[in-house]
Amino acid sequence: MARALPITHLQALLDRLGADGRTVVGPVARDGAVVLEPVRIVDELAQGWRDEQAPGRYRLVPGEPRVFGALLGPQSPKTWLYPAKLTLFRAERDGASFRTTSPDRPPRLALLGLRACDLAAIRLQDRVLLGSGVEDPAYASRRREVLLVAVQCHRSAETCFCASMDTGPEVSSGYDLRLTEVIDERGHRLVVEAGSEAGRAIAADLPLVDVPHDDDAASRQAAEARAGQSKSLRTEGLRERLLDALRGPHWDEVATRCLGCAGCTMVCPTCFCTAVADVTDATGAAERVRRWDSCFHTEFTHVHGGPTRAELAARYRQWLTHKLATWHDQFGTSGCVGCGRCTTWCPAGIDLVAEAERAATAERRTE
Amino acid sequence: MRLAVHKFASCDGCQLSVLDCEDELLTIVEAVEIAYFPEASSRMDDGPWDCSLVEGSITTAHDAERIQEVRRKSKRLVTIGACATAGGIQALRNLGDVEAWRAVVYARPEYVATLATSTAIADHVPVDFELRGCPVDKHQLLEVLLAMLHDRRPAIPRESVCADCRRAGQVCVTVAKGVPCLGPATQAGCGALCPGYHRGCYGCFGPSDHPNAPALSRVWQAHGADRDTIVAALRTFNTAAPAFDAEAKRLEEDR
Repeated sequence: MARALPITHLQALLDRLGADGRTVVGPVARDGAVVLEPVRIVDELAQGWRDEQAPGRYRLVPGEPRVFGALLGPQSPKTWLYPAKLTLFRAERDGASFRTTSPDRPPRLALLGLRACDLAAIRLQDRVLLGSGVEDPAYASRRREVLLVAVQCHRSAETCFCASMDTGPEVSSGYDLRLTEVIDERGHRLVVEAGSEAGRAIAADLPLVDVPHDDDAASRQAAEARAGQSKSLRTEGLRERLLDALRGPHWDEVATRCLGCAGCTMVCPTCFCTAVADVTDATGAAERVRRWDSCFHTEFTHVHGGPTRAELAARYRQWLTHKLATWHDQFGTSGCVGCGRCTTWCPAGIDLVAEAERAATAERRTE
Repeated sequence: MRLAVHKFASCDGCQLSVLDCEDELLTIVEAVEIAYFPEASSRMDDGPWDCSLVEGSITTAHDAERIQEVRRKSKRLVTIGACATAGGIQALRNLGDVEAWRAVVYARPEYVATLATSTAIADHVPVDFELRGCPVDKHQLLEVLLAMLHDRRPAIPRESVCADCRRAGQVCVTVAKGVPCLGPATQAGCGALCPGYHRGCYGCFGPSDHPNAPALSRVWQAHGADRDTIVAALRTFNTAAPAFDAEAKRLEEDR
């Protein structure tokens, strides 16, 4: 029988997740969007908001009194598991030599409010950062400790296309807890299901009540989200179609619209490229700092003599064909989870699905 | 390292950024000998210098000669700020009739000797490093000074403001609020300051190394900005920076 947490007891969930010194990160309404930030009390959560998304446009508008009414903001699990800026180590002078010190202990996290596509993105990041031969210690230490609390989507945004990427909208695996938010004549509650031992232990400590009629709440909401999803990427043969189009005319055209700002790669939950720089302070102590970088930056491919992808068309092509085609060769999967963040958060409103389709079907340029 | 700080046509704000380093400045002073810095000290050592920071643009015949001498006496020459790197806001004169303006503005115009243009230092002498900003960012300035001191390349990215804005977890003002922003075409370095306060970027740091200004104009237009508004936004502190100037001219000619 389904078990649910009455919404009036939501604080108990935050408290339990935050027990043993964990930082609970959840959806918070800030500056016109839902972002993922530390939350201690229920009032900090983005309750009562709904997101409207379109290419290049995001608006937070008042909605039902749902706690998880807004689907996706510009941030993703990447923001917390693979931070935008990270000190790898510090080095200080020690006579004629130097000694290094390790960075501070990474935070123990509980990520609350993740969607099916977010869990899929974590699976992809696992593959890249843990499973491709070289483990990334910074990611590994955060990933090992994190609790993942997912929420079943009850609707889709205009920019969502997870169904076509086979990553959602059902939250089907990879979570410690799955929540399904139900508001009906019986009240407002979160159906709670555990997906791991850690999840079961947490659920056991929560003041849950039996709700016999909610057994299919998650699948019902997933079906509604799926039915409401109009966007889809035609993935069949996409890798081959894109790689056949490398010399197509489309790249020059999209480069007239692309700002080259790198916003898409920053909000993408699977883009993993970083740059490393050594910085010194006035005393000669040094830090090695890693930050998110982007294939849209010319400095990203800077070698002796200049960048290898000097033209914006070449950089756009790299981003799209890596994400959707050569990821398959490199990691055995597409690099896209269909969350639509790149499309919503592109100031120029460039739509990944439309561009992929256009590029893959454009006639080849005659040389 | 013997350091000099020179002023040309400018507001002194970038030199004040040097003094604004405060705590770090004390540590730097231990490693650096400030030999010439009239804004801060009455010591006026005549050079040569290991490193010269140059603020301001070239607007007079006298300054055009003086920068040659500064270059001759400086092992490394670093320009700081929008005036030194792009001609500054005073480069608006490049678009107007300087003689007519001089006659209108000054009671005794014959006392004012000026060139018809305001130009960047790099238009006159070879420059080893250009630090952008109006004013320059104190952390970036420290980074450049430390890089010079430790003989390494300054870690100053030439990417867009958007990269910093997104890394900082700020919400894009254009996407979430429809506010036009110059960030996508502007070089990072300020820490995406204005978008952090819910305003669009003003382009203080000049064009990034890969701006697509025409595409950005279309984004502004899509959010309701007319051509005059976009031209005015491009024609500020970095009006003479090639990418901003070219786009402003393209919009004006299109009219």
